[in-house]
Amino acid sequence: MSVSPAPSPSPVASAPVAWRLPRVNLEGLPTVPIAILALLIFLAVFAEFVAPHNPEIGTLSQRFRPPAWLAGGSSEHLLGTDHIGRDVLSRLIFGARVSMIVGFMAVIFAGVVGTGLGILSGYLGGWVDQVIMRITDAWLALPALTFAIFLAAIVGPSEFNIVIILGIVYWTRYARVIRGEVLSLKERDFVRLAVVAGCSKWTIMRRHLLPNVLNSAIVLATLMLGVVIVTEAALSFLGVGVPPPKPAWGLMLADGKKGLMAGYWWLTVLPGLCIVMMVLAANLLGDWLRVKLDPQLRQL
Amino acid sequence: MTDRPLLELDKLSAHYVTSRGTRTVRAVDEVSLTLRAGETLGVVGESGSGKTTLALTILRLLPPAARIVSGAMRFDGEDLLAKSPAEMRKIRGKRIAMILQDPMASLNPLFTVGDQVAEGVRVHEHASRKSAWERAGGLLKAVKIPAASQRLGEYPHQMSGGMRQRIVGAIAISCEPQLLIADEPTTSLDVTIQAQYLKLLRDIQRERGLALIFITHNLGIVARMCDSVAVMYAGRVIESGPVRRIFNAPAHPYTQALIESIPRLGGGLERLTAIDGQPPDLATLPRGCSFQVRCPRVIDRCREEEPPAFDVGADHTARCWVAKP
Amino acid sequence: MRRFVLRRMAYAALSLILLSVTIFLFVRVTGDPTVLLVEPGASQADLEALRHDLGLDRSLVVQYGTFVRDLLHGDFGRSFYYRMPVLELYLSRLPNSLLLAVVAMAFSLIIGIPSGIMAAVRVGGWWDSGGKMFALLGLSMPSFWVGLLLILFFSVYLGWLHSSGSGTVLHVLMPAFALGWYFAAAHMRLTRSSMLEVLGSEYVKLARLKGLSELRVIAKHAFKNALIPVLTLAGINLVLMVNVAIVVETVFAWPGIGRLLAEGIAFRDFPIVQATVLLAGAMIVVVNLVVDVLYAVIDPRIRYER
Repeated sequence: MSVSPAPSPSPVASAPVAWRLPRVNLEGLPTVPIAILALLIFLAVFAEFVAPHNPEIGTLSQRFRPPAWLAGGSSEHLLGTDHIGRDVLSRLIFGARVSMIVGFMAVIFAGVVGTGLGILSGYLGGWVDQVIMRITDAWLALPALTFAIFLAAIVGPSEFNIVIILGIVYWTRYARVIRGEVLSLKERDFVRLAVVAGCSKWTIMRRHLLPNVLNSAIVLATLMLGVVIVTEAALSFLGVGVPPPKPAWGLMLADGKKGLMAGYWWLTVLPGLCIVMMVLAANLLGDWLRVKLDPQLRQL
Repeated sequence: MTDRPLLELDKLSAHYVTSRGTRTVRAVDEVSLTLRAGETLGVVGESGSGKTTLALTILRLLPPAARIVSGAMRFDGEDLLAKSPAEMRKIRGKRIAMILQDPMASLNPLFTVGDQVAEGVRVHEHASRKSAWERAGGLLKAVKIPAASQRLGEYPHQMSGGMRQRIVGAIAISCEPQLLIADEPTTSLDVTIQAQYLKLLRDIQRERGLALIFITHNLGIVARMCDSVAVMYAGRVIESGPVRRIFNAPAHPYTQALIESIPRLGGGLERLTAIDGQPPDLATLPRGCSFQVRCPRVIDRCREEEPPAFDVGADHTARCWVAKP
Repeated sequence: MRRFVLRRMAYAALSLILLSVTIFLFVRVTGDPTVLLVEPGASQADLEALRHDLGLDRSLVVQYGTFVRDLLHGDFGRSFYYRMPVLELYLSRLPNSLLLAVVAMAFSLIIGIPSGIMAAVRVGGWWDSGGKMFALLGLSMPSFWVGLLLILFFSVYLGWLHSSGSGTVLHVLMPAFALGWYFAAAHMRLTRSSMLEVLGSEYVKLARLKGLSELRVIAKHAFKNALIPVLTLAGINLVLMVNVAIVVETVFAWPGIGRLLAEGIAFRDFPIVQATVLLAGAMIVVVNLVVDVLYAVIDPRIRYER
């Protein structure tokens, strides 16, 4: 009960004191999306052992080989090779690692910053709230991709920079929502009791507010994962994301365009399918979590 | 007044079935009622007792999740349950009209009042735009809206709540219906306007000789407006009869509690008795009488067997083992 | 009413100021802006000259003042590559972006509104499930991948449409569809929920009570009301489409603003990047302001709510 931020008519002021993992009713668990994410995580972690070839080194004589089941394909390269003869399957597997690292790190970075500032903004109010919310308003006006490109153009491309850039671009989404939650939590009895009991502002925010907005933050993070991965792919596609020769899916799409008019479809279709699968899985899982953990967020 | 009843419900039941069919909610259960032309029937009960569903059942406008599962329903000698959707549309608005609870929300904000009042006339009587518009003006006069012909061209948001409710009333009587169902038409109005509106409804009813079903939880209004009363509890009519009988000699403990809970001028505080407990969950009704948990006079048989409707006087029935004659 | 509009305008102005401060600071704080603002391969003397021009030896406040003054005079800097003022360049590309956005909007509304209505009218039915799937796919498939697939199918296999460039009506079709794809899903979702809300309203109930046919109830009483939020969103989205088409324009070599931004990156032409970002933010702040004020004019309740 105490972990749910839903407004409850019960006046019981049981404060959630300790950190607690949200208890989730597993009914209707989206098994397929979870299986897809688990598979991608497995591939990302064990890429070295799973991938048949080195993803960054190709043989020019083997360039533009089609997938194994087509005429001209070989079991050596199950999903064919790209314009400099690199194995597509291996690049896809290592690409999962890049997407996972960038996606999770960026979502966590944005989440920590956004949730922290959202709680400060909502609980402290006053000028702190004004400053944070006006910045949020202004930054939300920038289309995410445009903003990210601008930042990438300043600091230059690298995996680490991409994480920072996406964090800077997306924290505002968390801050908005979390602030709203905190505003309603502030009026709840357990927070009022904590104030009366003489808890410091810091204690209230850390022990009473943070655990209660965690559900929303987790739901948002899951839904954000898909958005972040698409943005990363777009940045890489444009050449300001993950620098080559690293095997990022967006980068593979950019490379794939070179063989597109010649009909080398696998270079375009396969990386795109990987992106869609991962984003779809994250969205489905996020939708399910939203309904389970946080009924208030349903209209998001 | 003729002898043939205008509306006759016989053990009518309408149930909601949840999407997986796991829960059945008996929103209207074995309801039998009769209403003669020109008469007023009050339907009282707590919220959630099935009053509104009953009204929608009569009009066959239940939400998709609800079904009429059994019983019979005759209107002016015709079997309403045998009508096709198209035939039902010719009855709705034309022969049976209904006034909804919320006047603020009942009018479409994007169309003029005149358009909305004239619409029924145009659809049902194939009147021309011009003559329907003139009729609409007359109807607004009939519901005592000042400067009626001017108001026709205005939009709902330009009017007060009381005026909007009059317009909803004008829409209801626009095609001279034989039966009017008013579903708590005054709950969202303030008290002075309530009284005016009730008087208006009564005047219209007398002038046009239409039958009225008045749904409310306010027994005071029932006493002033109605000829007979049906008390609903958990989807059933647990007591029905002439208004005088019900108020003077209520047979069912629930009705008795309701009547005692009416605050009276001059009465001491001890007369204000609220009914303990909550209405039951219609999906998990107990065996036996649905009122047993809250009933002060419960006996063993109430927990075993459901009471049928007993005749406890002239035109007076009650579903209660204790009241059994 | 007046107070609401004034306050809303003050917020918009504040947002614009904060945007310019943000962009100004990001450029300066992350390193030496002269490196960004001067052509690659410029001499040391050029760097010194620009440094003096920008007043980098002076305080940040003075520098910001100069920055804003230039912006207000329409001076967004000069493109190294095109050797002309960025603003001129931007304005010459704007019509193309608008054309693309308008066609993409048409696609998204033609697909989104009818499917949203069908999903709402047959809620829980076949149409609804199909619509849900479509909405999910729309949000999950990156527009540039959709674009690449279109090229693969219509240009490479069928040979019907040109894969890149502009000029004829046929050129705009594929990029517009790729761009409109995501928005079609968004418009469908909003149409569905808005329609569902209207269908559950009391006035639709009253329309049914009048004995109107279902077609008339939906087409006359529900449709118009359900469309209001959708068209509002479409207005905002049109401006968004102008500014988020970067990847789609790159895929199809469509000479709009997004392509300009992509070129800015490719040629390390930073003034272009800075101007495009600033103008995108400004456009969206302004359209949000316009929509909010219009809504307040139309619906008196909003004035009190905020």
